[in-house]
Amino acid sequence: MSSAVTLQDATGHMAHDAHHEHHHHETFITKYVFSQDHKTIAKQFLITGIIWAIIGGLFSVIFRLQLGYPDQTFPFLEDFLGHWAKGGKLNPEFYYALVTMHGTVLVFFVLTAGLSGTFANFLIPLQVGARDMASPMLNMLSYWFFFLASIIMVASLFVQTGPASGGWTVYPPLSALGDASMGSKIGMDLWLVGMAMFIVSSLLGGLNYITTILNMRTKGMSMTRMPLTIWALFFTAILGVLSFPVLLSGAILLLFDRNLGTSFYLSDIVVAGKILPNEGGSAILFQHLFWFLGHPEVYIILLPAMGMSSEILSVNSRKPIFGYMAMVGSMFAIAILAFLVWAHHMFVTGLNPFLGSVFVLLTLLIAVPSAIKVFNWLTTLWRGNIRFTPAMLFAIGFVSLFISGGLTGIFLGNSALDIHLHDTYFVIAHFHIVMGVASFFGMFAGVYHWFPKMYGRYLNNTLAYIHFWVTIIGAYLIFWPMHYEGLAGMPRRYYDFSNWESFKMFGGLNEFISLVSMIVFAAQLLFVFNFFHSIWKGRKVRDLNPWGSNTLEWTTPLKPGHGNWPGEIPEVHRWPYDYGKDGRDFIPQTEPVGKDESTGH
Amino acid sequence: MKDLFLIAIVIMIFLVIFQIAKASEYVSVLKGEEKTRKQNNRINGFMLISFLVLGLIGAWYCNELYFGKTLFPQGSASLEGQKIDQMLYITIAVTGVVFVITQVLLFWFAYKYQEKEGKKAFFFPHNNKLELLWTTVPAIFLTVLVVFGLKYWFKITSEAPKDAIVVEITGHQFAWDMRYPGKDGVLGKKHYKLYNSPLGNTLGVDFEDPESWDDLHTSEMHLPVGKPVKLVIHAQDVIHDVGLSHFRMKMDAVPGIPTTMWFTPIYTTEEMRAKTGNPNFSYEISCDQMCGKGHFSMRGIIIVEKEEDYKKWLASQTPEYFTLYPDKNPKKELPATDTSAAAKPLAAVMPQTK
Repeated sequence: MSSAVTLQDATGHMAHDAHHEHHHHETFITKYVFSQDHKTIAKQFLITGIIWAIIGGLFSVIFRLQLGYPDQTFPFLEDFLGHWAKGGKLNPEFYYALVTMHGTVLVFFVLTAGLSGTFANFLIPLQVGARDMASPMLNMLSYWFFFLASIIMVASLFVQTGPASGGWTVYPPLSALGDASMGSKIGMDLWLVGMAMFIVSSLLGGLNYITTILNMRTKGMSMTRMPLTIWALFFTAILGVLSFPVLLSGAILLLFDRNLGTSFYLSDIVVAGKILPNEGGSAILFQHLFWFLGHPEVYIILLPAMGMSSEILSVNSRKPIFGYMAMVGSMFAIAILAFLVWAHHMFVTGLNPFLGSVFVLLTLLIAVPSAIKVFNWLTTLWRGNIRFTPAMLFAIGFVSLFISGGLTGIFLGNSALDIHLHDTYFVIAHFHIVMGVASFFGMFAGVYHWFPKMYGRYLNNTLAYIHFWVTIIGAYLIFWPMHYEGLAGMPRRYYDFSNWESFKMFGGLNEFISLVSMIVFAAQLLFVFNFFHSIWKGRKVRDLNPWGSNTLEWTTPLKPGHGNWPGEIPEVHRWPYDYGKDGRDFIPQTEPVGKDESTGH
Repeated sequence: MKDLFLIAIVIMIFLVIFQIAKASEYVSVLKGEEKTRKQNNRINGFMLISFLVLGLIGAWYCNELYFGKTLFPQGSASLEGQKIDQMLYITIAVTGVVFVITQVLLFWFAYKYQEKEGKKAFFFPHNNKLELLWTTVPAIFLTVLVVFGLKYWFKITSEAPKDAIVVEITGHQFAWDMRYPGKDGVLGKKHYKLYNSPLGNTLGVDFEDPESWDDLHTSEMHLPVGKPVKLVIHAQDVIHDVGLSHFRMKMDAVPGIPTTMWFTPIYTTEEMRAKTGNPNFSYEISCDQMCGKGHFSMRGIIIVEKEEDYKKWLASQTPEYFTLYPDKNPKKELPATDTSAAAKPLAAVMPQTK
């Protein structure tokens, strides 16, 4: 089957498709607002995620001003923040609110909803060969619950006592007692309700993704012929569905403690001179419930980035991904282990040392599947014919960051070392590199790679290259030196270090980091601009399969309508990684296996 | 005005970058998109290998600049912390080697195998031997790390030696309070509901219990050098954390659930001042668990001194029982020397924010 024929077929179908849409009389509301088309829902998640990312990033720029320049005032802050920045000096209470909301927004609203919400919705039906999700209605609700959660979370920024300020982990009793902190008043209730709505959204989405992958694959698409993106999104959805309900239960108990006088997490407390009646609760219980989600959450964020990077590395190396089954197996192992390591966040809570040792063992075990993945990615590049598209650069950057951040996990997972490093800047450096920036790189790689399919246009390459280079250099400049601060024991979540004999020598470094973080933030705005500009003004895509990819999404028309394929859904005859086989550049999944084809896979 | 100017400059820079980007798109159409793509490929390939080289140099330079500022060149100030330092060096060695190898391979492969005219990629879908190799080698290294790590972990978290000095430390928003058991070596009972009864009993000590009568309540911690010390850790309101970075120790303070940790200081504060060359050096207790708006100012001080100085200091303290019930004090004509912590109500210890 030559590509010319495919193109002709598709244009023929496109005309048919346009006619088809016309027939349904879609209104603006059903097409763009309450849409049940998975592609539109994906774009809704992506754009909401981008807005959240700008807000969350801005929070970090503001609190970095305080950290980098603790003796200076910034009068313009008072214009924006009012009494939270009297005289241009950030109030400590609000500093902690910013830190808390930065974490909440980026972990949940951007890297969970914005990442899996976008790419699970967009890629699952297109890559497994389905017309839509198993339940388009639930899928639509999933977005609108996310939207509701967003509204509540944004609202919490504007209440008089400020948003939640106890850290994104919201440990009680701090988060349970309004007397302990301003942010633990109404802001905390809104945080909990917002998160409950978010969890509903995540569960509706996750159940849909799992069902679609299991039941709606096209003819010939066996599980082992699925692209690694789909495997990654599948494990992500399973992790979410099994762990988010535990956070929900933790959050509900916290709401009870806050408002109904229960004592799940409270015991023996004197706060602001008041003796509380609560006895017999355990503050540590919440940490178990939180981290039972919290740790799988790390992989909920990371797995989609791994899957997309695997796909993009293979396509642009013009080589099959090395060790497909090992890649699937290692993701499976990571998914299982993700549930068995949560207490490594709690080594210094007074946890039984023997229990701690079990968690050390299981935690360091994760390094094995992670190492397999890294070496497989490296071997995928080896002897390839590599094209550095912007997506490919971000995928390579992802691998680099995953290595850098993953290795420091070996320090923190080892409980003896964790005693010293726990809750220091070392932890900040570790998880920002491996979970934050690396996942963002996976997400950027995905956006650059699939933007032509989303909008029928390309993003501007020059801006993309500038974006990549500023971001990767900046990310290392920001987070690499933080390891040294952490080794010196410099604690996280400090508003000001200047009164500490042990930590104040890093003042100059903190200023440097703040400066770089502002430049990196500006580079992200460049990406946002490129994104929105290119939706309408980007270079048009003329080739149905611009990257020479094997997967099914590139067999759809340039701008697929609701239903994806105008005619029959194509049948699949092979795995998606036949690149460079038998001297051919690529062999799409839809091409039947030839008689004299070698049996490579 | 200055702000507006700054914003204008940023917008200008954005516009310039955007115009260049737009122009480059037209140029690529004129030159032929395929040709431009190949040129970009070469540029980015070169950038990747340069990034590797400059990045490795940068990592070395960063180490030159900052390693001296971490606590490791001065060594651990506790016997047990030395094991943590050792563990750290082993881990840095293992992960450092892996880091350099993998990053070099990543960027070097990307550079070396960039697209070239007429080159064909090598179809290499899997190889069981290789995959087995990089499953077992990391597993072996990790086993080594786990074995060392757990050996030290069990040592550090074991029961404190019998002869350890016991000090109770209590965290509250936003300060630390210490309690010493006095001559009988036993801390008197506490109950949180006894808070402030009588007024000033901020730790909720049960003064019905005779064992509490000789207990000392102080705001600074004094320790003798060379003797193991066991800290009994409490929190009154929210979770705090006793962070002792020089001793490489850390333990949460949880309301309702007392925790413990022990260590052996090996240098006095004076010795550390000489060792670090910093005349202002002191062992600081940092709160390492987010505890509210004054979290960053929750600073405590430990003074490690020679045994005789420590004994002298202990003898100079008045038991809290006598400061709260002055009529019971047999030596009540003597002025109390340290009442600072006991006399402060909770609200007075709130932090001063600049």
